[in-house]
Amino acid sequence: MTELTLGRVSADRARLLRLLQEYGVYLGVLVLLLVNIAFTPHFLSGENFRTQAVQVAPVLVVALGMALAIGTEGVDLSVGSVMALSTSLISLYLGYGVWIALLAALLGGIVVGLANGSLVAFVGVQPIVATLALMVAGRGLALVMLPQLKQVNDPDMAALGSGDLLGVPYLVLIAAGLALLVAFVVRRTTFGRQLLAIGDSRPAAQLAGLPVRRVLILVYVLCGALAAFAGVLATARLTASDPTSLGTLMELSAITAVVVGGTPLSGGRVRIGGTVAGAVLIQLLTATLIKHDLPPSWTQIAQAVVIVLAVYAARERGKR
Amino acid sequence: MTTADIGSPVRKEAPPGAEPLGATRAERLSALAQQHGALVTLVIAVIAASLSFDTFLTGDNLQNMALSSAFLAVVALGMTFVIVTGGIDLSVGSLFALGGVLAAWGSQYGTLVALLLPLAVCGLVGVVNGLLIARSGLAPFIVTLAAMLGARGILLAVTDEGSTTYLVDKDTVFASLGQETLLGLGVPVWITLALFGLGALVLRRTRFGQYVYAVGGNEDAAALMGAPVARTKIAVYTVSGLCAGLAGALNAAWLVSGVTILGSGMELEAISAVVIGGTLLSGGFGFISGSLVGVLLLKVIQNVINQIGSLDSAYQQVVSGAFLAVVVVAQTWLGRRQRVL
Repeated sequence: MTELTLGRVSADRARLLRLLQEYGVYLGVLVLLLVNIAFTPHFLSGENFRTQAVQVAPVLVVALGMALAIGTEGVDLSVGSVMALSTSLISLYLGYGVWIALLAALLGGIVVGLANGSLVAFVGVQPIVATLALMVAGRGLALVMLPQLKQVNDPDMAALGSGDLLGVPYLVLIAAGLALLVAFVVRRTTFGRQLLAIGDSRPAAQLAGLPVRRVLILVYVLCGALAAFAGVLATARLTASDPTSLGTLMELSAITAVVVGGTPLSGGRVRIGGTVAGAVLIQLLTATLIKHDLPPSWTQIAQAVVIVLAVYAARERGKR
Repeated sequence: MTTADIGSPVRKEAPPGAEPLGATRAERLSALAQQHGALVTLVIAVIAASLSFDTFLTGDNLQNMALSSAFLAVVALGMTFVIVTGGIDLSVGSLFALGGVLAAWGSQYGTLVALLLPLAVCGLVGVVNGLLIARSGLAPFIVTLAAMLGARGILLAVTDEGSTTYLVDKDTVFASLGQETLLGLGVPVWITLALFGLGALVLRRTRFGQYVYAVGGNEDAAALMGAPVARTKIAVYTVSGLCAGLAGALNAAWLVSGVTILGSGMELEAISAVVIGGTLLSGGFGFISGSLVGVLLLKVIQNVINQIGSLDSAYQQVVSGAFLAVVVVAQTWLGRRQRVL
């Protein structure tokens, strides 16, 4: 069916379409930036850029892990709950020092990732279902540990959340550093190649002798650890632990960022640059709507439309 | 689709749970466990709960449980159709809330509007979901995830960003749909039971039902046999939307108001119930009655956790999630066992 429709489209149009699919997200960011510069008062201020960048940092960190999971033709719905779990753990262990708390939070994410990965790799459960179970249980566990919002009064956490280096907030630096690291892992390491091979065709990867199970588990562990770390960043920014609401709908934002950025849900391909642009695009879109006093209902409807459009646009590219 | 209709009803492939001729004893046992495991667990849970808590087997408690199960059960009914085709519908929680708000708003114009408006809107969202999934080949989870967000947005838009709660006049026929009881059980419970009877009949005994199984079993094979794959998919997402909207409307009649914050996480409960009931998430195999058992089991567990006063309600989520994981693992194991043997 796909070949037929493509055949009918003229070569020029097909090329244009492919370019748009490939670089549309950057174009979208540019258009939104220009629109905002032209129509939004006080948009071009350092303060505003700082706010936007700091808000996008946790989403981006989650989206990086999600990109890896989607690259293996999987998905991780538990990321929002992992963030909640991580914020609860921080509050519980902050008494023992900030490093112990950080370690506990990351460990929580890794354990959830291990559970997800084992269900997917060994039992052969579909990723959506496996991570759905952990999504429900994870949020519950977070609430059991910390039933309500708690202030986080720690100088180190506060510094992480609001400090900066040469004017660039730590949160942004960390998110950017992680993006570079993940991009390197995907492009230049054996693990990255194996991950993409599994996403392309799991049976083929198996037959080629790749350590499919080990790679899958590692992918979900990384995804959990990154989500937990995003929970740390968000806690530092808010200087509070709120396991009830932290990270709700985060899975949706992260998946949108990845998909809008041109990573196909069918796996086998991961675009980290696109994912960064995708996260920025969603943030800009939300900010634009809010700054023009459009109510949250519009923001949600707009985000829903953007997701569907992005998936629709990515549909014909399919697998490589 | 447009391929010639063969004219004979599509014959369902033997699902993994069915007993093939000459099945070994172990095979038959695991098939039995898969089909009736939830029911056995439910019976054990009920016996254990009634032995442990005097308050469990009281009329009031049972009535409450039946009523609160009813709304989830209607949602799970629609979800069963979707999951049997191998899909998933994450928008039902939002549609449940939207249905309730629309019904409460519409109730000022009469019972008919209060029922038809949520059905029309939620059904339409279901149609859009189905069209995007069936005609454009988009992944069900992402489409319905977007619909979940979009429906919540529509809900906020019609309630002044969630600040308006529409009330239902207690003297209307619509309110009595939720309030009245018949033979000791609330009207929503009877409606739910009737819908489950109808649903089981449709899935088991009609051509559409056979198409649903065929599409879930093997989509390509179903298309080659002449089953209208796209139309079947659109239909199941529409059914799911309608069920969620109706459940929301009944819930609004019971609460006599359109509460805006309902339904978050309900999609997970519904999916859990369906899976616990023995329906395979990979599609092609499942039964309506199992979903009812799944809902009851979830509600019994919830009730027990509530009865243990010292336990926080957050434990409910931990137990539900862990339970779902166990069931999925058990199902995969049982399914594999039957195929290997």
